[in-house]
Amino acid sequence: MNHAPMHIVEDNPPPATHAPGQQHPIKVYLQVWGYLFVLSTMSYLVDYFHLQGALRWTLIITFMVLKAGLIVSIFMHMAWERLALVYAILVPPLALGTLILLMSIESGYTFWTRVIFLGGGG
Amino acid sequence: MDQRTTIVTTEPGGVPQGLRDFAGDWAADQEVFRRVHWGKAMMWIFLLSDTFIFSSFLVSYMTMRSSVTAPWPNTAEVFGLNVFGVSVPLLLIAIMTFVLISSSGTMAMAVNFGYRGNRKATARLMVATALFGATFVSMQAFEWSKLILTEGVRPWYNPMGAAQFGASFFMITGFHGLHVSIGVIMLLIVASKVWRGHYDRKGDYSAVEIAGLYWHFVDLVWVFIFAFFYLW
Repeated sequence: MNHAPMHIVEDNPPPATHAPGQQHPIKVYLQVWGYLFVLSTMSYLVDYFHLQGALRWTLIITFMVLKAGLIVSIFMHMAWERLALVYAILVPPLALGTLILLMSIESGYTFWTRVIFLGGGG
Repeated sequence: MDQRTTIVTTEPGGVPQGLRDFAGDWAADQEVFRRVHWGKAMMWIFLLSDTFIFSSFLVSYMTMRSSVTAPWPNTAEVFGLNVFGVSVPLLLIAIMTFVLISSSGTMAMAVNFGYRGNRKATARLMVATALFGATFVSMQAFEWSKLILTEGVRPWYNPMGAAQFGASFFMITGFHGLHVSIGVIMLLIVASKVWRGHYDRKGDYSAVEIAGLYWHFVDLVWVFIFAFFYLW
């Protein structure tokens, strides 16, 4: 997934006079900045127009993932890092899926316990 | 950059070179993060641990919210603002989101100008980032005082319904606000070093990128808080 940008960097090696490091055209950052503004506006509009149900949650999650992806890949330069670092950082959080699954089962149990045995209180 | 020194062994249809390098880096019994500034690798590992901390908060918020039987307050109304007699839902949070995104934009530019060796532009952009950050924290202070003093919300009590709302709100936004505040201090320290030419003498502007990583992470966490706590 990161191969194309990596090769762009390699095809245009920075001049030797420059310090080493991440060097990309300013235009890329300005574009991402613009996209982030648009995506934030759109996720705000989801609330503004009172969209409800599955549509609301799908849109919120979609805009959230797109924003997070732009920030991590471009602003935090993950798109240009070596895969050894990318995988070391981005793979471990996938374990959170297990935690989310377990806790949603647990919270369902707690909810029904409250409804059935505590008279809806607690 | 490193790949130019690696013998390219990719055959058409074979394993991509990036994956070969990945396996090589981890199997070489040497430095895993080859040609990555050590500070940057360490910052990434710190951010990974911070990811788990914020995830714990957000997952416990999910657990509380989906197990609660008392009504959950409508965040759009709670965090709305009255503009000239018209109440706009969630306006305060929307402005805070745009302020934080703008700060990320100026930070990304600062990193770029740093690696170009433009000392003054880097320092100015970092100060601008810190100012955006301070604006964000001030708006959060306003939000907190409104909720505590006007609405009467406490970490253990909430007059609008579920008490868990207060607990998760103060915990999540408080911890995020603490991150922003620490980030502002760190940005000002690094910016003053940039201004005094410290990194020019060193010939290495990596510190700006590392500070930037932390700052973008703070923005990243806000993306998730905005989606899950305020919009859900």
